[in-house]
Amino acid sequence: MSLLEVSDLDVRFALRQGEVRALRNVSFSLDRGERLGIVGESGAGKSVAAFSLLNLIASPGFIAGGSIRFDGQELTGLSDRALRKVRGNRISMIFQDPMMTLNPVLSIGEQMIECLKAHRRISHREARAIALHKLQQVQIPSPETRLDQYPHELSGGMRQRIIIAIALLLDPDIIIADEPTTALDVTIQAEIMALLLELCEKHNVGLILITHDLGVVSQVTQRMLVMYAGRVIEQGPTREIINDPQHPYTQGLMNALPQMATPGERLNQIPGSMPSLSNLPSGCAFHPRCGFVNDANGQPRRACLEQVPDFVDSGNCRVACHMVAEMLEEEQRLAKEETS
Amino acid sequence: MTHVANAPAVAATETASFGKEASTQALLEIRELTKRFSLSGDFLEQLRFKGGRLVRHQEHVHAINGVSLDIQRGEALCVVGESGCGKSTVARIVMGLLTPSSGEIRYDGKRIDHLTPRQLLPYRKRMQMIFQNPYASLNPRMTIQQTLEEPLRLHHPNWEREQVRDKVTEVMTSVGIDPDWGKRFGHEFSGGQRQRIAIARALAVDPEFIVADEPISALDVSIQAQVLNLLMDAQQQHHLTYLFITHDLAVVEHFGTRVAVMYLGTVCEVAPTATLFASPRHPYTQALMSAIPRLEDDRPQHIRLSGEVPTPVNLPSGCVFHARCPYANERCRREVPALIAQGDGTRVACHGVEEGRL
Repeated sequence: MSLLEVSDLDVRFALRQGEVRALRNVSFSLDRGERLGIVGESGAGKSVAAFSLLNLIASPGFIAGGSIRFDGQELTGLSDRALRKVRGNRISMIFQDPMMTLNPVLSIGEQMIECLKAHRRISHREARAIALHKLQQVQIPSPETRLDQYPHELSGGMRQRIIIAIALLLDPDIIIADEPTTALDVTIQAEIMALLLELCEKHNVGLILITHDLGVVSQVTQRMLVMYAGRVIEQGPTREIINDPQHPYTQGLMNALPQMATPGERLNQIPGSMPSLSNLPSGCAFHPRCGFVNDANGQPRRACLEQVPDFVDSGNCRVACHMVAEMLEEEQRLAKEETS
Repeated sequence: MTHVANAPAVAATETASFGKEASTQALLEIRELTKRFSLSGDFLEQLRFKGGRLVRHQEHVHAINGVSLDIQRGEALCVVGESGCGKSTVARIVMGLLTPSSGEIRYDGKRIDHLTPRQLLPYRKRMQMIFQNPYASLNPRMTIQQTLEEPLRLHHPNWEREQVRDKVTEVMTSVGIDPDWGKRFGHEFSGGQRQRIAIARALAVDPEFIVADEPISALDVSIQAQVLNLLMDAQQQHHLTYLFITHDLAVVEHFGTRVAVMYLGTVCEVAPTATLFASPRHPYTQALMSAIPRLEDDRPQHIRLSGEVPTPVNLPSGCVFHARCPYANERCRREVPALIAQGDGTRVACHGVEEGRL
């Protein structure tokens, strides 16, 4: 039994033009202390997936189906009051833009103490001591003075450290980090990522890292999900997916990176762009951009055009692709022939 | 005092290296460029009471401090650095969107930094710019057709309507946008398509030099590859010269002929791309390169820099990098290092490299 178990999560947005399905059949699990990466381009639904875990989807969005079980407790359908016991306490979040996350009119100390007092019955002095201790953990120079400073007095990297300190404040089981370093510079990003990784390992905190950066995912996480147009299309151990991606989209994404091509040569681009969620292509949502949509006879596979692919197990990874499924069947058939 | 005493030495090495490069006739020469932005408002706002007297108090952001670069014909010079290092300011000054505080910009041997807008007009046709955010750089109230016709009407006032329309069709086709979409507005396109349109607008007047300020950072990975390919195709077809501003070193490695690494308004290293990536010399370049998340290794093994980039309001004395540099010594804190040419075509501004201790 995993700490967090998400199955068949279905999130929709009721818009005037009709319902848009932002997430379809998203399932994954997270063990205690495990680090999971969710990768995809903008519009793939990775942020919606993270937000829906804590029911942070704002109207007109809503969770239309599926279940989110955290430590044996079902989170969907929980009242706001009950959910607040989990939110920020046992599962905390780190958002992309540290300036938007911190309250500009409260000092750092006030924000941290407010958070502690909302969840625990402790005195102001105790809360301040905990806050100070957490600031020390995220290696902020002169933490004592920082407590009385305001967010605008700090640099971007420093603010993100404070956010991490706040996320760790109540010793959560899971931290959900939504593009935590995208707004930062490369050298600062590397330091923040290293810090986050170190703290998660030390305190055995699970991490769900949402990012578009395959490099960051490959360095920080143990398992990863690749999302496309509201669905998970590939999941498995990070190393295996990075070294040997199975789904044509994952392959395309990896091959499009500049470091995958010889300098000066053309990059291997994926043609077209991600479809809008309100107007998805039939069958596999990736088929109009897929280089493997044709079968051995050069004809487009009917399954790709008509049928949404199911997950197939390929080694330790699970892939939703008709072409991969076909190849696996072929392999199994050959293996069977050989044994007979 | 030491700063002042050292300045002529810096200038001397710079002019010496310029003398060498001038013989190959660089397309664009940037010499000793500085740019300060005033933080203290107008004259009345600058007045302060201090010790019972009225004094004038001025504060500046030192965005660029003595940058000298050459861009050769047909090359793609990439300028990399973190936010606030002045790379975009360099691009804007080169394009004449900002006026330098001091220094010179020479285009094709002629000085352009002090020209009036009217005098600059013929140069504007030869040099074009692509901006970072395609959502902001297209006028939301103009159709794509109008957006693309505007530069042509400005620079070719005597062209026939047919001629303008044909040219627009041609550039739209060349960037992979269906010419039938001309009647649409910017907001009807995706980010990648908008950036294609911005590139089409730059290419419309057949420029020879393009300044691209973070042209792909606002785009998704799969779209980045498309736009980068488009820029490389355009370079081959139109024999373009690029000044490419970016913070993404992977893009630089792929795209750049030469790289200039900037830190806090100064150039700390200029080198051919392959040389820079094989053996970065400046400690900052080394740290920057080690910070790229690579796909190969599991663990971040970057060089940890202590502290953060100092504010450009009060520049550190000596080498601007000394406060974060693991190898800094007394001389680094005191003396501004000059860009000194190394054997392999690299130029490095570092006392440690100069003394051979790095």
